[in-house]
Amino acid sequence: MRAAPTAAATRVPLEDGVRAGSILDLVGHTPLLDVTVLAPGATPRVRVYAKLEGFNPGGSVKDRPALWMVRHGLATGALRPGKTIVDSTSGNTGIALAMIGAALGYPVTLVMPDNVSRERKRIISAFGAQVVYSSGLEGSDGAILKCRELLHEDPDHYFKPDQYFNAMNPQAHFDSTGPEIWDDTEGRVTHFVAGIGTGGTVMGTGRYLKSRDARIQVIAAEPDDALHGLEGLKHMATSIVPGIYHEEELDRKIPVPTDEAYDLVYELGSRHGLIVGQSCGAALYAARRVARELDDGVVVAIFPDFGDRYLSTNLWAGWEEWQRQHRND
Amino acid sequence: MPAKVRIPTPLRRFTNGAEEVGAAGATVGAVVNDLERQFAGIKERLCDDEGRVRRFVNIYLNGDDIRFLSNLETAVKDGDELSIVPAIAGG
Repeated sequence: MRAAPTAAATRVPLEDGVRAGSILDLVGHTPLLDVTVLAPGATPRVRVYAKLEGFNPGGSVKDRPALWMVRHGLATGALRPGKTIVDSTSGNTGIALAMIGAALGYPVTLVMPDNVSRERKRIISAFGAQVVYSSGLEGSDGAILKCRELLHEDPDHYFKPDQYFNAMNPQAHFDSTGPEIWDDTEGRVTHFVAGIGTGGTVMGTGRYLKSRDARIQVIAAEPDDALHGLEGLKHMATSIVPGIYHEEELDRKIPVPTDEAYDLVYELGSRHGLIVGQSCGAALYAARRVARELDDGVVVAIFPDFGDRYLSTNLWAGWEEWQRQHRND
Repeated sequence: MPAKVRIPTPLRRFTNGAEEVGAAGATVGAVVNDLERQFAGIKERLCDDEGRVRRFVNIYLNGDDIRFLSNLETAVKDGDELSIVPAIAGG
């Protein structure tokens, strides 16, 4: 087993972008894509950028908090040889933990609702992780509760990163996502938009950006109803509120209708060559609403992943109809 | 005996917290209408303006997805079990 690569919240700088000693050294440094064309009606003085987190090695933004939480566990001794990494996750965090566990030689057990997509189950299995299913009727809260039961049975056997309560989750974004956005926009970012799942991305990145310029607006995209189809996002008013989520730090929340987010995913794929997940459609929905209200500014939205892992899901149930309706656009 | 309908967490605010309720009807669509009669507002969560099941909602009849049966026209017998399952897993 390899030793912990570094202490928590530090990262191995890449000397060049081609050679890396570990897959984990490739987490972060994701690109910004100019998607201003997707905000028709915004003034020419507004730019909208998507930060494409799908370029992380585990395929999503969740590589960042997962890596920070595991490194912190190793640094504090909470994670040590003989222990198994366990957490409840609807997917992307699970994939990230499974990848990291495989890379570091630690076993991983994940609790997830049984209605997560087939691709996710297979990716996690390919990383060698064990999966325990909770009822799809209970959503992610059911997985949280089942994971607590598992831990209760044998607390010494497990290391639980607990993305909903671990301060390393927002810290990962304070240390990496925030500085990358600041540097890559040369400090011109005025508005930051991210969906809320655990709240880690919007909290940590928002805190960093505000520390550089307190005028930067931090905006969360949230499902507009308790029953929604925006995988990875939470409707806070009806969910177990994550301990790391502090709504008072947000400047604004924008409710996103699932159907509109799905339609934006279709548009991104078929008109712009970017196949993404539904939470990216939600982020774009919120970002373009912000963009249209501005006289000038730079809006940066987090696109948490790419769309490959959703191709078997209901996200695409309306695709043929959308094509028929938009044939002559 | 009406059909049994299993209600997911996000919709239990309509059913006073009940996880399972009874609803009558000869088809899934009729059962949904009976749910609406009992729990006003629930149908709008399940179906779009044109009355079709929303993309992000799955309805199972005795374990089979109604999209692969006859959708809302699928016949329902007394004692059948309908499950309304969010198509996604949440946060």
